Amino acid sequence: MTTTVEKETATSASPRHAASDKSRSEARLGWFLAGPAFAVMLLVTAYPILQAFYESLFDYRLTDPANRSFTGLTNYGVILTDSVWWDAFGVTVLITVVTVAVELVLGFALALVMVQALKALRPVLRAAILIPYAVITVVSAFAWQFAFAPDSGFVNSWFSFAGLAPDTDWFGSPGSAIFVICLAEIWKTTPFISLLLLAGLAQVPEVLQEAAKVDGATWWQRMRKVTIPNMKAAIMVALLFRTLDAFRVFDSVYVMTAGANGTEVLSFLAYRQTIARLEIGLGSAVSVLLFVSVVLICALFIKGFKVDLSQARGE
Amino acid sequence: MRFPPRRRRPAALALGVTVLSLLALLAGCAGGPAGPPTLTWYINPDDGGQAEIAKRCTDAAGGAYRIATSTLPRESSDQRQELVRRLAANDSSIDIMSLDPPYIPEFAEAGFLAPLPPGVGARVTEGVVPSAIEGASWQGQLVTVPFWANTQLLWYRKSLVADMGLDLSRPVTWDQIIDAAVARGTKVAAQGRRAESLMVWTNALIRSGGGQIITNPGEANPKLVQLGLLDPPAVDAARIMRKLATSPAAVPAFSTSDEDTNSESLQNGEAAFMVNWPFVWSKVTGAAEEGTVPANVPPDYGWALFPQTRADLPSAPPYGGINLGVGHSSRYPDLAYQATECITSAQNTAYYFESNGNPSARVASYSDPAVLAKYPMAPVILQSLTMAKPRPQTPYYAEVSGGLQRTFHPPEAIVPGPTNQAAQDLILGVLRKERLL
Repeated sequence: MTTTVEKETATSASPRHAASDKSRSEARLGWFLAGPAFAVMLLVTAYPILQAFYESLFDYRLTDPANRSFTGLTNYGVILTDSVWWDAFGVTVLITVVTVAVELVLGFALALVMVQALKALRPVLRAAILIPYAVITVVSAFAWQFAFAPDSGFVNSWFSFAGLAPDTDWFGSPGSAIFVICLAEIWKTTPFISLLLLAGLAQVPEVLQEAAKVDGATWWQRMRKVTIPNMKAAIMVALLFRTLDAFRVFDSVYVMTAGANGTEVLSFLAYRQTIARLEIGLGSAVSVLLFVSVVLICALFIKGFKVDLSQARGE
Repeated sequence: MRFPPRRRRPAALALGVTVLSLLALLAGCAGGPAGPPTLTWYINPDDGGQAEIAKRCTDAAGGAYRIATSTLPRESSDQRQELVRRLAANDSSIDIMSLDPPYIPEFAEAGFLAPLPPGVGARVTEGVVPSAIEGASWQGQLVTVPFWANTQLLWYRKSLVADMGLDLSRPVTWDQIIDAAVARGTKVAAQGRRAESLMVWTNALIRSGGGQIITNPGEANPKLVQLGLLDPPAVDAARIMRKLATSPAAVPAFSTSDEDTNSESLQNGEAAFMVNWPFVWSKVTGAAEEGTVPANVPPDYGWALFPQTRADLPSAPPYGGINLGVGHSSRYPDLAYQATECITSAQNTAYYFESNGNPSARVASYSDPAVLAKYPMAPVILQSLTMAKPRPQTPYYAEVSGGLQRTFHPPEAIVPGPTNQAAQDLILGVLRKERLL
């Protein structure tokens, strides 16, 4: 008995040792291949983040470098006690929640259409759905602005049957302005979510669907019990990417309202302090707080969804 | 096993292209073209007038220098941002720059402008309207060269105001034109958009009432800046803005209307009155020539001095335009100043006025027959320029303007007194770096 165990140990130790060597060499190769990219990424992301944090500790105006002085966390105190920050935070969260929620539902529907479309139609359908995503955000923002402008737009006249006045000023009040901004964002980025969800749908094993069908599950039951649980990782990735993107919304607001009429968002606030006011210290502090918000969103998503992303790659 | 040799071709091709590109880059770095020094003039977008003047001055220089133009963004705030970033980085390619006057104190205080060589100041201010000289100076010293000077007029449609009972050959007040427009069921177009144009309007109303936004102009320390936003003229300005914005005489989408949308309102007859820059004349005559507006529209345009805030005080119309600065890191500051003298000559500024519709800073241009033929309102523009007052002169203009735009917008929400207090508190807080903007 003892002999057998020893034999087993001896025989099993050898492949494990070999596997360890293999994984070590794979890891080495991995670092060798990804190392330069990782170093470049550190250089272009970590360095500016650290630099921004460093600058945020100073009272520093670009046109007055001689009077630059260390002020510690004063800039953060100024920002967090100012209602302007919290107003912009509220608007940013509102735009993020509304756009991401609508995009998720619409994107999922589009992904289902793409999956179930006839094979011959799929490439055409995919291209058609992806067109808005190919449009540059600034161009899309201008297009939506022109559409809703009371002088050059067509929306007011198109919807006159619904009682819309021809001189309705969509950008003149917070509610309607945010509505148009959200609409532009949803139109532009729903294809992105649908593409990610399409990849997730493709990963749902067909055998599970067949088994559920055999068991008499309805379409909705299959969706809830088979499809969605099996694409949890894809949904999380889609939601995470889009939330981070939506939270940093800038172009549409810049083009449509320039932050007027209660549409100021956090990115615009950072832009105004840094670029318009040239207050590098204060602007850097706003940017750092924006970055911290984004990191918190990431952490919340990863904890909330309880998904190991490495599993999503099938490892 | 050997791969077929053709598989290596793409790699060899890529290598070849890379080597050639590097060689081309090295060749590019080897040195500029031989010949006279090239002065780069950063211009604001126009109808090609500045490029033509650059060409004329290059020819006139007789080989002493060559002027190349580089176009800045359309909005003046964006122009400032681009120039400041470059100047802060000591960009030596900025020889001459077209500057919007409100930003000149900021550039001067930061040391971004090369000092004027002796004698230049006297030559470039000879025969120039006083408001343009004031706008080109900081703390009483000329720091830029006046190029063209802009001002706003009261434009109106003769046919729409004919039976209003207003004598527009004499100065009128804001209250008069708003009341007349309401009675007649027409509109008064003014710039209500949250942008620099709102600041222009507010400042003109306050100055016309005898007040000032900054009561100690020239103060470089932001913590010592004093504001006059609680003074009666500023409260009266707020009253007029609210009165127009909440009256039936306000154009639709008043809170987002700018110079362009307002010029359309006057053009299509929706508005009977409008305060705006003289570009509206070139715009309507051009549209009539193209056939996009009826030919009888331009002759229906009338013009008068900017409306008064108070009946007993003459108005202080807005002052705008462009002055020329020379970059502190320019390799050829003397040549650049020489070039600015050519650019701002009476002949070139008259040409610029006549061809591009941008009024000259030189008085002589207003008696030029070509100018008078094309711009019959030129004498009124000159009169307006002599009365015009610049916006507050401070190195912190962006903060002052931004703070005012935030609190005075939307104009229909203005409450005279409390809004003034809010603006005063915000701007002072921002200048002391205690508030966000």
